Amino acid sequence: MTQNNTADFNSNALMDTTARNKEAVSSELCESGNRLLTVRDLTVSFSTDDGTFKAADRVSFHVEKGENVGLVGESGCGKSVTALSIPRLIPSPPGNIESGEIWFDGNDIMAMASEQLQDIRGRAISMIFQEPLSALSPLHRIGRQMLEALLLHQDMPKKEAWRFAEQWLSKVGIPDATDRMFAYPFQLSGGMQQRVMIAMALMLEPNLIIADEPTTALDVTTQAQVFELIKAMKKKHTSMLLITHDMGVVWEMCERILVMYASQIVESGSREDIFSNPKHPYTIGLLEAIPKLTGGRTELKDIPGQVPSPFDYPKGCHFEKRCAFSMEKCITEPPPFYECGNGHRAACFLLADSSG
Amino acid sequence: MKVKKLMISAAEKLDDKPEPLLKVTDLKTWFPVKRGFFSKTADHVRAVDGVCLRIYRGETLGLVGESGCGKTTLGRTLLGLEKSNGGKAFFDKIPLHELKRHEMNRLRERIQVIFQDPLSSLNPRMTVIDIVTEGLVQFKKIEGSRKEHAVRLLKEVGLVADSIYRFPHEFSGGQRQRISIARAISLRPEFIICDEAVSALDVSIQAQVINLLISLQQRYQLSYLFISHDLSVVSNIADRIAVMYLGQIVESGTTLDIIHNPLHPYTKALIAAVPVPGKSRSRRIPLKGEIPSASSPPPGCRFHTRCPEVLKICSQKAPVRGTIDGREVLCHLFSHA
Repeated sequence: MTQNNTADFNSNALMDTTARNKEAVSSELCESGNRLLTVRDLTVSFSTDDGTFKAADRVSFHVEKGENVGLVGESGCGKSVTALSIPRLIPSPPGNIESGEIWFDGNDIMAMASEQLQDIRGRAISMIFQEPLSALSPLHRIGRQMLEALLLHQDMPKKEAWRFAEQWLSKVGIPDATDRMFAYPFQLSGGMQQRVMIAMALMLEPNLIIADEPTTALDVTTQAQVFELIKAMKKKHTSMLLITHDMGVVWEMCERILVMYASQIVESGSREDIFSNPKHPYTIGLLEAIPKLTGGRTELKDIPGQVPSPFDYPKGCHFEKRCAFSMEKCITEPPPFYECGNGHRAACFLLADSSG
Repeated sequence: MKVKKLMISAAEKLDDKPEPLLKVTDLKTWFPVKRGFFSKTADHVRAVDGVCLRIYRGETLGLVGESGCGKTTLGRTLLGLEKSNGGKAFFDKIPLHELKRHEMNRLRERIQVIFQDPLSSLNPRMTVIDIVTEGLVQFKKIEGSRKEHAVRLLKEVGLVADSIYRFPHEFSGGQRQRISIARAISLRPEFIICDEAVSALDVSIQAQVINLLISLQQRYQLSYLFISHDLSVVSNIADRIAVMYLGQIVESGTTLDIIHNPLHPYTKALIAAVPVPGKSRSRRIPLKGEIPSASSPPPGCRFHTRCPEVLKICSQKAPVRGTIDGREVLCHLFSHA
């Protein structure tokens, strides 16, 4: 679907041309009728009083139909910005999608007018945010907010829509759904609010759900409930992009994982490849730094240093300063992606020999 | 089997220890709920309701529980920031529950605290040098210049010396938490309450701070009460774990016992709910519903409304604390064992 359009994409001069060719080839190879979302070379910048910085830097990934993809990374690495760019929800100004392509179900999202975008948002792409209390309107009753989404996207008489919303509330496990339709968000607990968000996100049977840290504000037992619910409610063909910092959560929910560090994707691959055979030093460090539920004091392997400020990212590899395997090349040149087989790829010069 | 025996003997050893540094019995902290005309006290939120625990010198006790279970209130009560409504708490034989304000203030030299959010617990108008040496000045413990002390403290927590004249907002989250730690250790306390001290940090930074806390403990024989909602973090730092539910400690024991062989149904559910990379989810014990309100806790056992192993007696009679295999459990399943 996208091959013809890549030609007129104005290529970024900064970009490593070999990396780009490699990527074009690889994405052609795995291009199939099953592709739901393709993001290619997405660069998003924000201008602030202190200058302009790139929150997402040449981010490329794809989501297949029915696939659950996890986007992991530490705070400030650009994962939420990447996610918000997909339905073009980046506020502009200060945000600006500088370059890149976003293809959703064969449609070019970057070329869409605002009415088209509005039609897609909520219906084809729905979002679940971290804080339900700030995502829901505090002034309107739950029922009214659910109704709004239904009437906007579906040709449904008001009464029927109300009943439909009520059914969904009880489907997501909210007791006394009939009464709860009249409740204000603040009258519900955090777990219940998130259930309302899930009902709103799923009731229109979207093709893609973008869940941005959906359980970070919840307790573990509630988190377990919410994930069970998403798994049970999600239709088979629905895809999910789950954004989280919790490696345990991605393991549980996703088949494929994208690891992001300092505005760039550094590694991507199947869940098993990432966890049992990580290639990028950052992924390796991240996995070792997670406290394990083993009991007994073990010194955690930390990653020394800190994430660089987005205002002065290094010229070469962004992880170079904290990396134990740093080479001269890493300082001057951004590493391209190397394939490690089975769709597993990582951006690190260490893989230059092994991948050939 | 052998391992278990070893663990039991370790637990017995703990019991043999002469005198705990902190001994809390039946501590209660209730908050009045005012309602209606004249704001009459209509009810109480029983945030801490009959907590018993002991912490020995050089030991870390992990306190875990979900939000609203009263773990932070317990910490604040021990610090004298909340008034207790009953029960006793002894710190090195000093009765914390009877102390006047100025007496408590004097004790701050020995009991310190690290909060979750360093940005709101560090004064934004003070420079780092003032923050970390404020306690020393207050207790008149400054020998030499303030700068010397500040540089020494920063070095201990892994910060560079030239940051002493900077303000908290100029640091990253992990560095700010290091400043909070420097402030907490400045008076060489014996006991530090860490209230979700690493919860706001990213994994790679979190590991750095946990390692720092452990190395400081070894250097200064510190005792920690490590309050956290994150069982994985607690299991990496604590010698013993106490699990809290609706104002009560439902189970306490050595970390290995609690993690590998939990007895109380709530502990089991809590551990099963933690997603572990590499493990499949077949062992999940789904816990229905949510934590009930602390102003009207369920009668009988407080957990019976959500308990997967509920008995008839659970809704009628409150369970009695029982000791089994060297740990304490508050559950009818074990009260006759």
